[in-house]
Amino acid sequence: MKLLTHNMLTSHVKGVINGYPLKLIARKVEVKDVQFNSDFISRMLKKVDWPVLKKTADMIGHGQSLPIELPVDFESNEGFLQSAHHALMEVEIIEGDLECPESGRLFPIQDGIPNMLLRKEETAQT
Amino acid sequence: MTCIPTPDYSHLKCYDSVYEPSEDSFLFLDALEQEQDFLKQINPLICVEVGSGSGIILTFLASILGGKSHYIGIDINEKASQCTQQSLCHHSIQNYDCICDNMLDSLSSRMRGTVDVLLFNPPYVPTPSDEVGGTGLSASWAGGMHGREVIDLLLPQVDSFLSDGGVFYLLTVEENRPGEICQLMAAKGLIASKVLTRRARNELLTVLKFIKKKLSKDDLK
Ligand SMILES: C[S@@+](CC[C@H](N)C(=O)[O-])C[C@H]1O[C@@H](n2cnc3c(N)ncnc32)[C@H](O)[C@@H]1O
Repeated sequence: MKLLTHNMLTSHVKGVINGYPLKLIARKVEVKDVQFNSDFISRMLKKVDWPVLKKTADMIGHGQSLPIELPVDFESNEGFLQSAHHALMEVEIIEGDLECPESGRLFPIQDGIPNMLLRKEETAQT
Repeated sequence: MTCIPTPDYSHLKCYDSVYEPSEDSFLFLDALEQEQDFLKQINPLICVEVGSGSGIILTFLASILGGKSHYIGIDINEKASQCTQQSLCHHSIQNYDCICDNMLDSLSSRMRGTVDVLLFNPPYVPTPSDEVGGTGLSASWAGGMHGREVIDLLLPQVDSFLSDGGVFYLLTVEENRPGEICQLMAAKGLIASKVLTRRARNELLTVLKFIKKKLSKDDLK
């Protein structure tokens, strides 16, 4: 699972009001080469919750080159786009957990795939 | 029209637990191939397939659109998510993630209005309602009453997750009442049309297309 996707996920356990962002507990992280496309990254950054990306990348030791705030000139700042590309697309969480910020429910990540499925009694619909 | 090769899925050996690409999957591929100019023209950034199964459809979409989009494959069957991942990886696609989940449940509300392409080849076979709700192979076909019970879980979400100008493709059979689905979606302001229809043995398969209209300046007046 990429940090880009982590940025999009929420916990939807019954009763939880704000299940976002999920706390990432990483046990196995790999860095994969992904072809850089500056247009793709700068378009995507408009949809990314930057503070959450920065915080999550920091927590797993891949946030050093990321600024605290999204630079104003981000679309034309090639060096920055490269760092953002690395954090969003190249850092892969292979094994770990996603923790719901309210209920503490753990969603396991195995072989790079987060399992967000809830048991029947955890879902809002009955 | 450029001919896009059918993804090679001979490496997958999981068909005792994951849906093996069939006539419906291939009709979906043909529909996407026919739609390729439109798909390139809307320049999608985020593409999501619900019920990605073997991954054949998402892989095909990625081979049309290339590295300028992020692809997300969601399946309720964990083995299917693994197969989707293998397919994408096998075809050297890099911008993707697979998630095991029910529909779009775990996409945060931040994602509303951001999905440019949404695909669903659902479990469409009419069955007794109590066969719906599994997470194994039966989830790939068991559709409950009129084969609509799983389809109807996604339909109310489509409009809110699609971006302006975004598109949703859905495969149906005659028993699902595609005409009624189109009316339902049109009532939400989506533009409905049929892309392709084909008879395969006893099934009349149709791929439907729904576009979320871009708001023009006139609409905002
Ligand atoms: C007809 S198969 C299609 C598989 C593949 N996309 C293809 O065309 O060959 C339907 C898929 O939807 C998945 N599915 C069923 N119910 C689902 C749900 N509630 N949420 C997510 N996926 C679901 C099944 O596990 C299965 O993989």
